[in-house]
Amino acid sequence: MNGLIHSEYPRETADYTHAGEASADIKRQLRQLGVSANVMRRVAVASYEVELNLVIHSEGGVLTLDVFPDRVVLVSKDRGPGIPDVEMAMREGYSTANEEARALGFGAGMGLPNMKRNADGFEITSQVGVGTEIRMMFMLQ
Amino acid sequence: MENRYHSVRLDVSRCRGCTNCLKRCPTEAIRIRDGRANIIDEKCIDCGECIRICSYHAKVAVVDAMETIKRFKYAVALPAPTLYGQFRGLKQPELVLEALKQIGFDDVFEVARGADVVTKAIREKMKTGDIPMPLISSACPAVVRLIQVRFPSLLPNVVDIRQPMEVAASMARREFCLKRGCAPEEVGCFFITPCPAKMTAIRRPIAQEKSELDGAVSVMEIYGLLLPHIKKMQADPDFHLATRYGISWAVSDGESNAVCPEDSLSVDGIPNVIRVLEEVENGKLKDLRYLEGNACVGGCVGGPLTFENNYVAKNTIQTMAHSMPRRHPDEDVPSSCLNKYPVRNDRRIEPNNAMQLDSNIIVAMQKIQRIHELMERLPGYDCGSCGSPTCETFAEDIVNGRCREMDCIHLMKQEIQRMAQEMVTLAQMKRE
Ligand SMILES: Nc1ncnc2c1ncn2[C@@H]1O[C@H](COP(=O)(O)OP(=O)(O)OP(=O)(O)O)[C@@H](O)[C@H]1O
Ligand code: SF4
Ligand SMILES: [Mg+2]
Repeated sequence: MNGLIHSEYPRETADYTHAGEASADIKRQLRQLGVSANVMRRVAVASYEVELNLVIHSEGGVLTLDVFPDRVVLVSKDRGPGIPDVEMAMREGYSTANEEARALGFGAGMGLPNMKRNADGFEITSQVGVGTEIRMMFMLQ
Repeated sequence: MENRYHSVRLDVSRCRGCTNCLKRCPTEAIRIRDGRANIIDEKCIDCGECIRICSYHAKVAVVDAMETIKRFKYAVALPAPTLYGQFRGLKQPELVLEALKQIGFDDVFEVARGADVVTKAIREKMKTGDIPMPLISSACPAVVRLIQVRFPSLLPNVVDIRQPMEVAASMARREFCLKRGCAPEEVGCFFITPCPAKMTAIRRPIAQEKSELDGAVSVMEIYGLLLPHIKKMQADPDFHLATRYGISWAVSDGESNAVCPEDSLSVDGIPNVIRVLEEVENGKLKDLRYLEGNACVGGCVGGPLTFENNYVAKNTIQTMAHSMPRRHPDEDVPSSCLNKYPVRNDRRIEPNNAMQLDSNIIVAMQKIQRIHELMERLPGYDCGSCGSPTCETFAEDIVNGRCREMDCIHLMKQEIQRMAQEMVTLAQMKRE
């Protein structure tokens, strides 16, 4: 179900030039809505991490923002490669980031744990060869 | 109207309605309406970017003129350390301090001494453990106001210690009254300011009930008045008391180097400050302990009300600082100082919700929907002809009822083409 506000941000593999723009636009919209500093801070972290995972790890995908009167929903859906062991990927410090990503300061293995910590609701499903889907929810009040 | 006071103003008679300032404003606070620039009070952070870019000198900073010091029985000058940097090759700050007395001030108190006390206060605070990472400097009021408008979620990170000029003014007034046996209200404390942001911070403090200062005269004006005196002067060497660290607050890096030499970062120039604040907000700079942000390139030596080239001024300050003893404010400032004078803010820094489209979130959502619809039809040239800085802000202005679709010359052109097409069709119909 689409929210009252619905925005889509397609991201391509290793496209670092545009990385961070989705999260910046999401923050701008939330500022226009006047959401609290606390929600702002948590969405900022989670949206940035999930956006960068699309750029760094996926074969391309889309991040979508839906805002409902009572909540913000972020969904990231990609075309692969999928995560073989999700439980392992969720652990702090686990990372398969390549040289290029590491040189840019990514690859601490903190993205997924940070998303989970900051969101009020977090679901991840992944299938190798198909793709990964992450849904996050943030209550507005 | 004190609560809407801004030092940065428009001189309408000089404005040609060009789009230079429109494009440069970091908070999208400028619009061109009826051929003239307009500053949206709620969004303006007094950074002075528009003053720098305007070729017609239509953007001005209102500060106090030198005569205003006569309103007080006594006047004390509080020079920002940036003032020293205006005099190429200056070795001794004493010369400047002495010269300030020659041009009409009864006494002088270095703001760099205030910076020393603030350095110590922040360092003490950082020892207490439970503090946000990174702690963000509160010294540049333009940056603090930028955070209020664009990064409200980072407000808890802004250090709750007063700016050096405020602490210096408390000290100056007390010292002067003791020395001369006069009443505090007889003394006017005047900051020698590099920028409009500080002027605004005096008239409309961000986190204090009332400023300790009574006004501000620009570095530019004072520089002109001092110049003839400074050349033929002999200075009393005991007169100057700030440390090299305090003086270095005038240049980018100076503050972080004094407060937290390790795990700190200093950024200068508004666009760079914005980039780094984005990263902090995204949680990417978690290991950082201290962040110094200066709106001006090079730090306060790059302020819009300075005279000397900021690179030269930086060099003058650094050379001077290097020739001074290595005393750190930790040893130099007595701990009693932190209790004797007010160093903490009086109140919390509140977010500025100037970007909010409506106080009712549902209405705000509907407005965003309309913005999205409009964005589909706008060309995305960000040309500024409509008077708004970007197509997106133009869409925002439409939903807020501040302008109409036909203010966009591209939508207008499409509309005219459509009408022309209709006429052609009509004309052809008649002929048949
Ligand atoms: N969209 C995705 N597609 C495929 N694999 C993914 C995806 N997102 C995460 N992963 C896998 O999960 C691991 C952990 O992700 P996480 O975001 O926690 O850390 P990271 O991206 O490696 O490092 P950091 O986020 O700290 O920069 C990644 O290294 C990668 O192997
Ligand atoms: S950097 Fe210094 S001079 Fe520039 S706006 Fe900030 S306080 Fe003023
Ligand atoms: Mg990651």
